[in-house]
Amino acid sequence: MTPWSTLLALAGDATGSWLAQLKNLATHPWVVNLVAMAVILGANAAFFAVITLLERKGLGRIQNRPGPNRAGPFGILQPAADGIKMITKEDIVPERADQLVHFLAPLVMLAPITLALAVLPYGPQLVAVNLDAGVLFFFAIGTAGELAAFMAGWSSRNKYSLLGAMRAIAQMISFELPLVLSTLVVIMMTGSMSLVEIVAGQGSAAWGLPGWNIFTPWGLAGFLIFLTAAAAESNRSPFDLPEGESEIIGGFMTEYSGFKYAVFFMAEYFGMFAVSGLGITLFLGGWHAPFPFLEWVPGIFWYVAKLVALVFGFIWIRGTLPRLRADQLMNFSWKFLMPLALLNFATAILWHATAGWQFPGAWLCRWLVCFGIVAGAFTGLGRAMLRRRQVGPRIYRYAS
Amino acid sequence: MPGFGIIKGLKETARNFFGSYHDPGRFVTIQYPEEKREHHENYRSFPFLVYDGDPVKGLRCVSCKICEKECPPQCIYIVPEQDGSGKLLKFPRIFDIDVSVCMGCQICVEVCPFDSIKMDQEFEVSTADRFGGLILNRSKLAKSNEYYHQIRPAEATAVDAQLAAERERQQAKAAAAKSPAPAAAATREKKP
Repeated sequence: MTPWSTLLALAGDATGSWLAQLKNLATHPWVVNLVAMAVILGANAAFFAVITLLERKGLGRIQNRPGPNRAGPFGILQPAADGIKMITKEDIVPERADQLVHFLAPLVMLAPITLALAVLPYGPQLVAVNLDAGVLFFFAIGTAGELAAFMAGWSSRNKYSLLGAMRAIAQMISFELPLVLSTLVVIMMTGSMSLVEIVAGQGSAAWGLPGWNIFTPWGLAGFLIFLTAAAAESNRSPFDLPEGESEIIGGFMTEYSGFKYAVFFMAEYFGMFAVSGLGITLFLGGWHAPFPFLEWVPGIFWYVAKLVALVFGFIWIRGTLPRLRADQLMNFSWKFLMPLALLNFATAILWHATAGWQFPGAWLCRWLVCFGIVAGAFTGLGRAMLRRRQVGPRIYRYAS
Repeated sequence: MPGFGIIKGLKETARNFFGSYHDPGRFVTIQYPEEKREHHENYRSFPFLVYDGDPVKGLRCVSCKICEKECPPQCIYIVPEQDGSGKLLKFPRIFDIDVSVCMGCQICVEVCPFDSIKMDQEFEVSTADRFGGLILNRSKLAKSNEYYHQIRPAEATAVDAQLAAERERQQAKAAAAKSPAPAAAATREKKP
Protein backbone atom coordinates (compact mmCIF):
# COMPACT_ATOMS: atom_id res chain seq x y z
CA MET A 1 0.00 0.00 0.00
CA THR A 2 1.43 3.28 -1.07
CA PRO A 3 1.39 6.17 1.29
CA TRP A 4 -0.82 8.03 -1.18
CA SER A 5 -3.58 5.45 -1.13
CA THR A 6 -3.39 5.26 2.65
CA LEU A 7 -3.89 8.97 2.80
CA LEU A 8 -6.85 8.75 0.44
CA ALA A 9 -8.43 5.98 2.45
CA LEU A 10 -7.94 7.92 5.64
CA ALA A 11 -9.47 10.98 4.04
CA GLY A 12 -12.41 8.91 2.81
CA ASP A 13 -12.88 7.50 6.26
CA ALA A 14 -12.72 10.92 7.78
CA THR A 15 -15.26 12.41 5.38
CA GLY A 16 -17.53 9.43 5.83
CA SER A 17 -17.57 9.72 9.58
CA TRP A 18 -17.90 13.46 9.31
CA LEU A 19 -20.96 13.13 7.11
CA ALA A 20 -22.44 10.56 9.43
CA GLN A 21 -21.80 12.83 12.36
CA LEU A 22 -23.42 15.68 10.50
CA LYS A 23 -26.44 13.54 9.79
CA ASN A 24 -26.67 12.56 13.43
CA LEU A 25 -26.33 16.16 14.42
CA ALA A 26 -28.98 17.33 11.95
CA THR A 27 -31.60 15.01 13.35
CA HIS A 28 -30.76 15.83 16.95
CA PRO A 29 -33.87 17.36 18.59
CA TRP A 30 -31.96 20.40 19.79
CA VAL A 31 -30.77 21.19 16.29
CA VAL A 32 -34.22 20.60 14.84
CA ASN A 33 -35.75 22.93 17.40
CA LEU A 34 -33.11 25.57 16.79
CA VAL A 35 -33.72 25.44 13.05
CA ALA A 36 -37.47 25.64 13.60
CA MET A 37 -37.02 28.64 15.87
CA ALA A 38 -34.77 30.37 13.36
CA VAL A 39 -37.21 29.73 10.52
CA ILE A 40 -40.25 30.91 12.48
CA LEU A 41 -38.50 34.04 13.74
CA GLY A 42 -36.94 34.85 10.39
CA ALA A 43 -40.06 34.26 8.35
CA ASN A 44 -42.21 36.27 10.73
CA ALA A 45 -39.69 39.12 10.87
CA ALA A 46 -39.61 39.25 7.07
CA PHE A 47 -43.39 39.13 6.94
CA PHE A 48 -43.49 41.90 9.53
CA ALA A 49 -41.31 44.10 7.34
CA VAL A 50 -43.47 43.46 4.29
CA ILE A 51 -46.69 44.03 6.18
CA THR A 52 -45.59 47.36 7.68
CA LEU A 53 -44.91 48.61 4.16
CA LEU A 54 -48.16 47.19 2.77
CA GLU A 55 -50.09 48.67 5.66
CA ARG A 56 -48.69 52.13 5.07
CA LYS A 57 -49.28 51.85 1.34
CA GLY A 58 -52.79 50.48 1.81
CA LEU A 59 -53.77 53.09 4.39
CA GLY A 60 -52.39 55.73 2.08
CA ARG A 61 -54.47 54.48 -0.83
CA ILE A 62 -57.55 54.36 1.37
CA GLN A 63 -56.89 58.03 2.14
CA ASN A 64 -56.18 58.81 -1.55
CA ARG A 65 -52.46 59.37 -1.19
CA PRO A 66 -49.56 57.27 -2.46
CA GLY A 67 -47.97 56.24 0.84
CA PRO A 68 -44.20 55.82 1.21
CA ASN A 69 -42.63 55.90 -2.26
CA ARG A 70 -39.23 57.54 -1.76
CA ALA A 71 -36.98 54.76 -0.43
CA GLY A 72 -36.32 52.56 -3.44
CA PRO A 73 -38.78 51.83 -6.26
CA PHE A 74 -42.34 51.98 -4.90
CA GLY A 75 -40.86 52.47 -1.44
CA ILE A 76 -39.81 48.84 -1.06
CA LEU A 77 -36.76 49.85 0.96
CA GLN A 78 -38.91 51.72 3.48
CA PRO A 79 -38.84 48.90 6.08
CA ALA A 80 -35.03 48.86 5.91
CA ALA A 81 -34.94 52.63 6.31
CA ASP A 82 -37.31 52.38 9.27
CA GLY A 83 -35.16 49.69 10.82
CA ILE A 84 -31.98 51.73 10.46
CA LYS A 85 -33.76 54.74 11.91
CA MET A 86 -35.01 52.75 14.89
CA ILE A 87 -31.60 51.25 15.62
CA THR A 88 -29.69 54.50 15.36
CA LYS A 89 -32.12 56.47 17.52
CA GLU A 90 -31.15 57.35 21.04
CA ASP A 91 -32.42 54.83 23.57
CA ILE A 92 -33.72 56.97 26.41
CA VAL A 93 -34.48 55.48 29.81
CA PRO A 94 -36.17 57.89 32.24
CA GLU A 95 -33.94 58.79 35.13
CA ARG A 96 -36.36 57.65 37.81
CA ALA A 97 -37.62 54.60 35.93
CA ASP A 98 -37.20 51.08 37.25
CA GLN A 99 -34.24 50.31 35.00
CA LEU A 100 -34.44 46.53 35.00
CA VAL A 101 -38.19 46.22 34.52
CA HIS A 102 -38.14 48.97 31.92
CA PHE A 103 -35.53 46.99 30.02
CA LEU A 104 -37.31 43.65 30.38
CA ALA A 105 -40.81 44.76 29.36
CA PRO A 106 -40.29 44.67 25.56
CA LEU A 107 -38.64 41.27 25.81
CA VAL A 108 -41.44 39.91 27.98
CA MET A 109 -43.83 41.24 25.37
CA LEU A 110 -42.06 39.61 22.41
CA ALA A 111 -40.89 36.26 23.78
CA PRO A 112 -44.29 34.67 24.60
CA ILE A 113 -45.70 35.66 21.24
CA THR A 114 -42.88 33.91 19.43
CA LEU A 115 -43.60 30.87 21.60
CA ALA A 116 -47.26 31.08 20.63
CA LEU A 117 -46.22 31.16 16.97
CA ALA A 118 -44.39 27.86 17.47
CA VAL A 119 -47.51 25.76 18.13
CA LEU A 120 -49.39 26.79 14.98
CA PRO A 121 -49.50 24.23 12.16
CA TYR A 122 -48.23 25.96 9.01
CA GLY A 123 -48.57 22.93 6.79
CA PRO A 124 -49.25 19.18 6.86
CA GLN A 125 -45.81 18.50 8.36
CA LEU A 126 -44.88 22.05 9.29
CA VAL A 127 -45.53 22.32 12.98
CA ALA A 128 -42.66 23.16 15.28
CA VAL A 129 -44.24 21.89 18.50
CA ASN A 130 -47.26 19.64 18.28
CA LEU A 131 -48.83 20.04 21.70
CA ASP A 132 -51.86 18.04 22.82
CA ALA A 133 -53.35 21.20 24.29
CA GLY A 134 -52.07 23.70 21.76
CA VAL A 135 -55.03 26.07 22.12
CA LEU A 136 -54.60 26.16 25.86
CA PHE A 137 -50.88 26.81 25.51
CA PHE A 138 -51.54 29.58 23.02
CA PHE A 139 -53.85 31.48 25.35
CA ALA A 140 -51.81 30.76 28.44
CA ILE A 141 -48.63 32.09 26.91
CA GLY A 142 -50.42 34.95 25.17
CA THR A 143 -51.58 36.32 28.51
CA ALA A 144 -48.01 37.26 29.34
CA GLY A 145 -48.45 40.25 27.04
CA GLU A 146 -50.67 41.85 29.68
CA LEU A 147 -47.91 41.45 32.23
CA ALA A 148 -45.46 43.07 29.84
CA ALA A 149 -47.79 45.99 29.21
CA PHE A 150 -48.12 46.59 32.91
CA MET A 151 -44.37 46.20 33.44
CA ALA A 152 -43.78 48.84 30.80
CA GLY A 153 -46.42 51.19 32.18
CA TRP A 154 -45.42 50.86 35.81
CA SER A 155 -41.65 50.95 35.40
CA SER A 156 -41.71 54.09 33.23
CA ARG A 157 -42.87 56.24 36.17
CA ASN A 158 -45.02 58.34 33.90
CA LYS A 159 -48.72 58.97 34.34
CA TYR A 160 -49.47 58.50 30.68
CA SER A 161 -47.64 55.20 30.66
CA LEU A 162 -49.51 54.03 33.72
CA LEU A 163 -52.88 55.13 32.35
CA GLY A 164 -52.10 53.43 29.07
CA ALA A 165 -51.07 50.26 30.83
CA MET A 166 -54.26 50.28 32.91
CA ARG A 167 -56.31 50.71 29.78
CA ALA A 168 -54.35 48.01 28.00
CA ILE A 169 -54.87 45.50 30.79
CA ALA A 170 -58.55 46.31 31.18
CA GLN A 171 -59.03 45.89 27.44
CA MET A 172 -56.96 42.75 27.06
CA ILE A 173 -58.62 40.98 29.97
CA SER A 174 -62.09 42.02 28.84
CA PHE A 175 -61.56 40.74 25.34
CA GLU A 176 -59.75 37.60 26.43
CA LEU A 177 -63.11 36.15 27.47
CA PRO A 178 -64.97 36.44 24.15
CA LEU A 179 -61.80 35.33 22.39
CA VAL A 180 -61.54 32.15 24.44
CA LEU A 181 -65.29 31.54 24.39
CA SER A 182 -65.40 31.74 20.62
CA THR A 183 -62.56 29.22 20.33
CA LEU A 184 -64.14 26.90 22.90
CA VAL A 185 -66.95 26.22 20.45
CA VAL A 186 -64.45 24.87 17.97
CA ILE A 187 -62.74 22.78 20.62
CA MET A 188 -66.11 21.42 21.68
CA MET A 189 -67.13 20.47 18.16
CA THR A 190 -63.77 19.00 17.19
CA GLY A 191 -63.30 17.23 20.49
CA SER A 192 -59.62 18.12 20.67
CA MET A 193 -57.42 20.91 21.91
CA SER A 194 -54.62 19.99 19.56
CA LEU A 195 -54.29 22.53 16.77
CA VAL A 196 -53.08 19.83 14.39
CA GLU A 197 -56.21 17.75 14.98
CA ILE A 198 -58.45 20.79 14.68
CA VAL A 199 -57.00 21.45 11.22
CA ALA A 200 -57.25 17.77 10.28
CA GLY A 201 -60.94 17.87 11.19
CA GLN A 202 -61.56 20.61 8.62
CA GLY A 203 -60.79 18.56 5.50
CA SER A 204 -63.12 18.66 2.55
CA ALA A 205 -66.80 18.09 3.27
CA ALA A 206 -69.44 16.54 0.98
CA TRP A 207 -69.66 17.49 -2.71
CA GLY A 208 -66.08 18.73 -2.76
CA LEU A 209 -66.87 21.76 -0.65
CA PRO A 210 -64.42 22.95 2.00
CA GLY A 211 -65.23 21.65 5.44
CA TRP A 212 -63.96 24.71 7.22
CA ASN A 213 -65.60 25.66 10.48
CA ILE A 214 -66.55 29.07 9.15
CA PHE A 215 -69.16 27.45 6.89
CA THR A 216 -71.25 26.43 9.88
CA PRO A 217 -73.47 28.95 11.70
CA TRP A 218 -71.57 28.61 14.96
CA GLY A 219 -68.30 28.82 13.07
CA LEU A 220 -69.33 31.99 11.25
CA ALA A 221 -70.50 33.68 14.44
CA GLY A 222 -67.47 32.36 16.28
CA PHE A 223 -65.14 33.67 13.60
CA LEU A 224 -66.65 37.15 13.68
CA ILE A 225 -66.47 37.25 17.48
CA PHE A 226 -62.93 35.90 17.29
CA LEU A 227 -61.90 38.50 14.72
CA THR A 228 -63.29 41.37 16.78
CA ALA A 229 -61.73 40.12 19.97
CA ALA A 230 -58.46 39.41 18.17
CA ALA A 231 -58.31 42.99 16.91
CA ALA A 232 -58.77 44.14 20.50
CA GLU A 233 -56.24 41.63 21.84
CA SER A 234 -53.54 42.74 19.44
CA ASN A 235 -54.34 46.43 20.07
CA ARG A 236 -55.38 47.02 16.49
CA SER A 237 -57.56 49.92 15.48
CA PRO A 238 -60.44 50.54 16.27
CA PHE A 239 -59.41 49.11 19.63
CA ASP A 240 -56.03 50.82 19.85
CA LEU A 241 -56.84 52.59 23.09
CA PRO A 242 -53.76 51.30 24.92
CA GLU A 243 -51.59 53.20 22.48
CA GLY A 244 -54.09 56.01 21.82
CA GLU A 245 -51.51 58.46 20.53
CA SER A 246 -53.96 61.35 20.32
CA GLU A 247 -55.20 60.88 23.89
CA ILE A 248 -52.46 59.49 26.08
CA ILE A 249 -49.34 60.19 24.00
CA GLY A 250 -48.35 56.58 23.39
CA GLY A 251 -49.85 54.63 26.26
CA PHE A 252 -47.47 52.26 27.97
CA MET A 253 -44.94 52.87 25.18
CA THR A 254 -44.64 56.59 25.95
CA GLU A 255 -41.23 56.32 27.60
CA TYR A 256 -39.81 53.92 25.06
CA SER A 257 -37.69 54.96 22.13
CA GLY A 258 -35.27 53.50 19.67
CA PHE A 259 -35.00 49.77 19.41
CA LYS A 260 -37.08 49.02 22.49
CA TYR A 261 -39.99 50.79 20.86
CA ALA A 262 -39.32 48.80 17.69
CA VAL A 263 -39.50 45.60 19.72
CA PHE A 264 -42.90 46.63 21.09
CA PHE A 265 -44.03 47.42 17.60
CA MET A 266 -42.77 44.09 16.36
CA ALA A 267 -44.45 42.27 19.22
CA GLU A 268 -47.73 43.96 18.34
CA TYR A 269 -47.47 42.76 14.75
CA PHE A 270 -46.30 39.30 15.78
CA GLY A 271 -49.32 39.19 18.05
CA MET A 272 -51.53 40.06 15.12
CA PHE A 273 -49.92 37.30 13.03
CA ALA A 274 -50.32 34.85 15.90
CA VAL A 275 -54.02 35.50 16.52
CA SER A 276 -54.66 35.60 12.78
CA GLY A 277 -52.87 32.26 12.50
CA LEU A 278 -55.01 30.87 15.30
CA GLY A 279 -58.13 32.18 13.57
CA ILE A 280 -57.04 30.50 10.34
CA THR A 281 -56.33 27.27 12.19
CA LEU A 282 -59.61 27.25 14.07
CA PHE A 283 -62.08 28.60 11.53
CA LEU A 284 -60.55 28.89 8.06
CA GLY A 285 -59.30 25.35 7.64
CA GLY A 286 -55.65 26.01 8.48
CA TRP A 287 -53.40 24.97 5.64
CA HIS A 288 -56.22 23.18 3.74
CA ALA A 289 -56.89 24.24 0.18
CA PRO A 290 -60.35 25.65 -0.48
CA PHE A 291 -61.16 22.87 -2.97
CA PRO A 292 -59.87 19.30 -3.25
CA PHE A 293 -58.51 19.81 -6.78
CA LEU A 294 -56.15 22.47 -5.40
CA GLU A 295 -54.61 20.12 -2.83
CA TRP A 296 -51.42 19.80 -4.89
CA VAL A 297 -50.41 23.32 -3.89
CA PRO A 298 -48.29 23.13 -0.71
CA GLY A 299 -50.19 23.81 2.50
CA ILE A 300 -47.89 26.65 3.52
CA PHE A 301 -49.08 28.59 0.49
CA TRP A 302 -52.70 28.44 1.60
CA TYR A 303 -51.73 29.33 5.12
CA VAL A 304 -49.81 32.41 3.99
CA ALA A 305 -52.56 33.41 1.55
CA LYS A 306 -55.16 33.25 4.31
CA LEU A 307 -52.84 35.11 6.68
CA VAL A 308 -52.30 37.90 4.16
CA ALA A 309 -56.05 38.11 3.55
CA LEU A 310 -56.79 38.35 7.28
CA VAL A 311 -54.06 40.91 7.89
CA PHE A 312 -55.30 42.94 4.97
CA GLY A 313 -58.75 42.77 6.53
CA PHE A 314 -57.28 44.22 9.72
CA ILE A 315 -55.64 47.01 7.71
CA TRP A 316 -58.89 47.71 5.92
CA ILE A 317 -60.75 47.94 9.22
CA ARG A 318 -58.03 50.21 10.57
CA GLY A 319 -58.50 52.52 7.61
CA THR A 320 -62.26 52.62 8.12
CA LEU A 321 -63.25 52.75 11.76
CA PRO A 322 -62.45 55.46 14.29
CA ARG A 323 -61.17 54.58 17.72
CA LEU A 324 -63.74 53.59 20.34
CA ARG A 325 -64.17 55.36 23.65
CA ALA A 326 -63.07 53.43 26.74
CA ASP A 327 -66.62 52.89 28.06
CA GLN A 328 -67.87 51.89 24.61
CA LEU A 329 -65.07 49.36 24.45
CA MET A 330 -66.00 47.82 27.78
CA ASN A 331 -69.70 47.77 26.98
CA PHE A 332 -68.98 46.20 23.65
CA SER A 333 -66.99 43.40 25.22
CA TRP A 334 -69.14 42.61 28.25
CA LYS A 335 -72.62 43.41 27.02
CA PHE A 336 -72.39 42.36 23.39
CA LEU A 337 -69.57 39.94 22.60
CA MET A 338 -69.83 37.94 25.82
CA PRO A 339 -73.57 37.10 25.58
CA LEU A 340 -73.19 36.49 21.88
CA ALA A 341 -70.31 34.08 22.46
CA LEU A 342 -72.30 32.28 25.15
CA LEU A 343 -75.29 32.02 22.86
CA ASN A 344 -73.02 30.68 20.20
CA PHE A 345 -72.42 27.76 22.55
CA ALA A 346 -76.12 26.98 22.53
CA THR A 347 -76.12 27.15 18.75
CA ALA A 348 -73.23 24.75 18.58
CA ILE A 349 -75.01 22.36 20.93
CA LEU A 350 -78.13 22.53 18.76
CA TRP A 351 -76.01 21.89 15.68
CA HIS A 352 -74.46 18.89 17.37
CA ALA A 353 -77.78 17.57 18.66
CA THR A 354 -79.43 17.77 15.24
CA ALA A 355 -76.56 16.02 13.48
CA GLY A 356 -78.69 12.87 13.26
CA TRP A 357 -81.45 14.42 11.15
CA GLN A 358 -81.89 12.37 8.01
CA PHE A 359 -84.81 13.89 6.07
CA PRO A 360 -84.03 15.63 2.76
CA GLY A 361 -82.87 19.21 3.20
CA ALA A 362 -81.95 18.52 6.79
CA TRP A 363 -78.61 20.24 6.47
CA LEU A 364 -80.15 23.43 5.10
CA CYS A 365 -82.85 23.34 7.78
CA ARG A 366 -80.26 22.99 10.55
CA TRP A 367 -78.21 25.76 9.02
CA LEU A 368 -81.09 28.18 8.82
CA VAL A 369 -82.33 27.47 12.34
CA CYS A 370 -78.91 27.86 13.89
CA PHE A 371 -78.11 30.91 11.84
CA GLY A 372 -81.45 32.43 12.79
CA ILE A 373 -80.64 32.06 16.46
CA VAL A 374 -77.24 33.70 16.09
CA ALA A 375 -78.46 36.46 13.78
CA GLY A 376 -81.44 37.16 16.02
CA ALA A 377 -79.20 37.42 19.04
CA PHE A 378 -76.85 39.69 17.13
CA THR A 379 -79.67 42.00 16.08
CA GLY A 380 -81.32 42.05 19.48
CA LEU A 381 -78.13 42.68 21.40
CA GLY A 382 -77.03 45.28 18.89
CA ARG A 383 -80.33 47.13 19.11
CA ALA A 384 -80.18 47.02 22.88
CA MET A 385 -76.67 48.45 22.81
CA LEU A 386 -77.47 51.17 20.34
CA ARG A 387 -80.59 52.33 22.15
CA ARG A 388 -80.12 55.88 23.25
CA ARG A 389 -80.41 56.02 26.97
CA GLN A 390 -81.86 59.10 28.59
CA VAL A 391 -79.16 60.39 30.86
CA GLY A 392 -80.16 63.16 33.24
CA PRO A 393 -77.81 65.82 34.55
CA ARG A 394 -75.15 64.33 36.74
CA ILE A 395 -75.46 65.25 40.40
CA TYR A 396 -72.24 65.85 42.25
CA ARG A 397 -73.08 65.42 45.89
CA TYR A 398 -69.79 66.45 47.38
CA ALA A 399 -67.90 68.28 44.69
CA SER A 400 -70.29 71.14 43.88
CA MET B 1 -79.68 45.81 11.53
CA PRO B 2 -76.69 46.88 13.59
CA GLY B 3 -73.30 46.38 12.02
CA PHE B 4 -74.34 47.43 8.54
CA GLY B 5 -72.87 50.87 9.06
CA ILE B 6 -69.48 49.20 9.32
CA ILE B 7 -70.04 47.45 6.00
CA LYS B 8 -71.05 50.76 4.45
CA GLY B 9 -67.86 52.32 5.77
CA LEU B 10 -65.76 49.43 4.49
CA LYS B 11 -67.36 49.86 1.07
CA GLU B 12 -66.45 53.54 1.04
CA THR B 13 -62.82 52.93 1.97
CA ALA B 14 -62.60 50.18 -0.63
CA ARG B 15 -63.91 52.62 -3.23
CA ASN B 16 -61.20 55.07 -2.23
CA PHE B 17 -58.56 52.36 -2.28
CA PHE B 18 -59.32 51.19 -5.81
CA GLY B 19 -60.31 54.66 -7.04
CA SER B 20 -56.91 56.07 -6.16
CA TYR B 21 -55.38 53.70 -8.72
CA HIS B 22 -57.45 54.65 -11.75
CA ASP B 23 -59.14 57.95 -10.95
CA PRO B 24 -56.77 60.95 -11.15
CA GLY B 25 -59.50 63.12 -9.65
CA ARG B 26 -59.18 61.20 -6.38
CA PHE B 27 -55.45 60.86 -6.39
CA VAL B 28 -54.54 64.51 -5.94
CA THR B 29 -51.01 64.22 -4.56
CA ILE B 30 -48.39 66.22 -6.48
CA GLN B 31 -44.94 64.67 -6.16
CA TYR B 32 -43.28 67.97 -5.30
CA PRO B 33 -39.63 67.95 -6.30
CA GLU B 34 -40.41 66.15 -9.56
CA GLU B 35 -43.62 67.91 -10.45
CA LYS B 36 -44.75 71.35 -9.36
CA ARG B 37 -48.09 72.99 -9.07
CA GLU B 38 -48.84 75.74 -11.61
CA HIS B 39 -48.70 79.21 -10.07
CA HIS B 40 -51.41 81.78 -10.47
CA GLU B 41 -50.17 84.81 -12.36
CA ASN B 42 -50.51 87.02 -9.30
CA TYR B 43 -48.50 84.67 -7.10
CA ARG B 44 -45.45 86.52 -5.76
CA SER B 45 -42.41 85.76 -3.67
CA PHE B 46 -39.55 88.29 -3.64
CA PRO B 47 -38.64 91.33 -5.79
CA PHE B 48 -36.30 91.24 -8.76
CA LEU B 49 -34.90 93.89 -11.15
CA VAL B 50 -35.97 93.96 -14.79
CA TYR B 51 -33.42 94.64 -17.52
CA ASP B 52 -33.77 95.09 -21.26
CA GLY B 53 -30.98 93.64 -23.34
CA ASP B 54 -27.75 93.83 -21.36
CA PRO B 55 -27.96 92.43 -17.79
CA VAL B 56 -25.87 95.29 -16.37
CA LYS B 57 -26.33 98.28 -18.66
CA GLY B 58 -29.92 97.44 -19.49
CA LEU B 59 -31.26 97.69 -15.94
CA ARG B 60 -34.28 99.94 -15.80
CA CYS B 61 -33.37 101.02 -12.28
CA VAL B 62 -32.09 104.59 -11.99
CA SER B 63 -31.23 104.24 -8.28
CA CYS B 64 -33.72 106.89 -7.25
CA LYS B 65 -34.00 105.12 -3.87
CA ILE B 66 -37.75 105.52 -3.61
CA CYS B 67 -38.18 101.83 -2.97
CA GLU B 68 -35.42 101.90 -0.36
CA LYS B 69 -37.23 104.66 1.50
CA GLU B 70 -40.67 103.08 1.19
CA CYS B 71 -39.71 99.52 2.10
CA PRO B 72 -41.47 98.82 5.45
CA PRO B 73 -38.91 96.34 6.82
CA GLN B 74 -36.00 98.28 5.24
CA CYS B 75 -34.55 95.33 3.40
CA ILE B 76 -33.32 97.24 0.31
CA TYR B 77 -29.89 98.87 0.18
CA ILE B 78 -28.90 100.99 -2.85
CA VAL B 79 -25.68 102.86 -3.66
CA PRO B 80 -25.79 104.85 -6.94
CA GLU B 81 -22.95 104.67 -9.45
CA GLN B 82 -20.65 107.70 -9.65
CA ASP B 83 -18.58 108.90 -12.49
CA GLY B 84 -14.95 110.01 -12.10
CA SER B 85 -15.86 113.48 -10.88
CA GLY B 86 -18.14 112.20 -8.12
CA LYS B 87 -21.34 112.98 -9.97
CA LEU B 88 -24.15 110.51 -9.31
CA LEU B 89 -25.24 108.46 -12.29
CA LYS B 90 -28.71 107.07 -12.89
CA PHE B 91 -27.55 103.52 -12.26
CA PRO B 92 -27.16 101.40 -9.12
CA ARG B 93 -23.65 100.33 -8.17
CA ILE B 94 -24.98 98.24 -5.27
CA PHE B 95 -28.54 96.96 -5.09
CA ASP B 96 -29.05 94.44 -2.28
CA ILE B 97 -32.25 92.89 -1.01
CA ASP B 98 -32.15 90.84 2.17
CA VAL B 99 -34.86 88.23 1.49
CA SER B 100 -34.70 87.01 5.08
CA VAL B 101 -36.14 90.44 6.00
CA CYS B 102 -38.36 91.02 2.96
CA MET B 103 -42.01 90.36 3.70
CA GLY B 104 -43.18 90.35 0.09
CA CYS B 105 -45.53 93.34 0.51
CA GLN B 106 -44.98 94.55 -3.09
CA ILE B 107 -44.81 98.22 -1.96
CA CYS B 108 -41.47 98.65 -3.79
CA VAL B 109 -43.17 97.54 -6.99
CA GLU B 110 -46.05 99.92 -6.50
CA VAL B 111 -43.88 102.98 -5.82
CA CYS B 112 -41.33 102.41 -8.60
CA PRO B 113 -41.90 105.06 -11.30
CA PHE B 114 -39.74 103.22 -13.82
CA ASP B 115 -41.30 99.74 -13.64
CA SER B 116 -37.86 98.43 -12.87
CA ILE B 117 -38.60 96.31 -9.77
CA LYS B 118 -41.14 93.50 -10.01
CA MET B 119 -42.17 90.53 -7.88
CA ASP B 120 -40.64 87.17 -8.72
CA GLN B 121 -42.31 83.75 -8.47
CA GLU B 122 -39.19 81.84 -7.46
CA PHE B 123 -39.81 80.33 -4.03
CA GLU B 124 -37.02 77.77 -3.64
CA VAL B 125 -34.51 80.21 -2.12
CA SER B 126 -33.48 78.17 0.89
CA THR B 127 -29.76 78.07 1.50
CA ALA B 128 -27.29 76.63 3.94
CA ASP B 129 -25.60 80.04 4.32
CA ARG B 130 -28.17 82.06 6.20
CA PHE B 131 -26.26 85.35 6.23
CA GLY B 132 -24.65 85.51 2.82
CA GLY B 133 -27.02 83.28 0.93
CA LEU B 134 -30.14 85.26 1.68
CA ILE B 135 -28.80 88.65 0.56
CA LEU B 136 -29.49 88.96 -3.14
CA ASN B 137 -27.09 91.34 -4.89
CA ARG B 138 -27.52 93.22 -8.15
CA SER B 139 -26.39 90.41 -10.40
CA LYS B 140 -28.66 87.88 -8.68
CA LEU B 141 -31.60 90.26 -8.76
CA ALA B 142 -31.25 91.21 -12.43
CA LYS B 143 -33.64 89.23 -14.60
CA SER B 144 -34.60 89.85 -18.21
CA ASN B 145 -37.83 91.30 -19.48
CA GLU B 146 -38.40 88.00 -21.29
CA TYR B 147 -38.39 86.23 -17.94
CA TYR B 148 -40.89 88.78 -16.68
CA HIS B 149 -43.07 88.03 -19.70
CA GLN B 150 -42.72 84.36 -18.96
CA ILE B 151 -43.94 84.51 -15.35
CA ARG B 152 -46.57 87.27 -15.72
CA PRO B 153 -47.54 87.60 -19.40
CA ALA B 154 -50.52 89.92 -18.98
CA GLU B 155 -48.87 92.34 -16.56
CA ALA B 156 -45.60 92.43 -18.51
CA THR B 157 -47.40 93.22 -21.76
CA ALA B 158 -49.28 96.07 -20.09
CA VAL B 159 -46.04 97.42 -18.63
CA ASP B 160 -44.32 97.19 -22.03
CA ALA B 161 -47.16 99.09 -23.71
CA GLN B 162 -47.05 101.76 -21.04
CA LEU B 163 -43.30 102.11 -21.32
CA ALA B 164 -43.51 102.32 -25.12
CA ALA B 165 -46.18 105.04 -24.88
CA GLU B 166 -44.06 106.90 -22.39
CA ARG B 167 -41.02 106.64 -24.68
CA GLU B 168 -43.04 107.93 -27.65
CA ARG B 169 -44.27 110.85 -25.64
CA GLN B 170 -40.72 111.62 -24.57
CA GLN B 171 -39.51 111.40 -28.17
CA ALA B 172 -42.33 113.63 -29.37
CA LYS B 173 -41.51 116.10 -26.62
CA ALA B 174 -37.83 116.03 -27.50
CA ALA B 175 -38.62 116.51 -31.18
CA ALA B 176 -40.89 119.43 -30.31
CA ALA B 177 -38.16 121.04 -28.22
CA LYS B 178 -35.58 120.65 -31.02
CA SER B 179 -37.71 122.07 -33.85
CA PRO B 180 -40.55 124.11 -32.44
CA ALA B 181 -41.59 125.48 -35.87
CA PRO B 182 -42.92 122.28 -37.42
CA ALA B 183 -44.60 121.43 -34.19
CA ALA B 184 -46.17 124.83 -34.09
CA ALA B 185 -47.18 124.44 -37.71
CA ALA B 186 -48.68 121.11 -36.86
CA THR B 187 -50.67 122.61 -34.04
CA ARG B 188 -51.78 125.37 -36.32
CA GLU B 189 -52.90 122.88 -38.87
CA LYS B 190 -54.83 120.98 -36.25
CA LYS B 191 -56.64 123.99 -34.92
CA PRO B 192 -59.27 124.61 -37.57
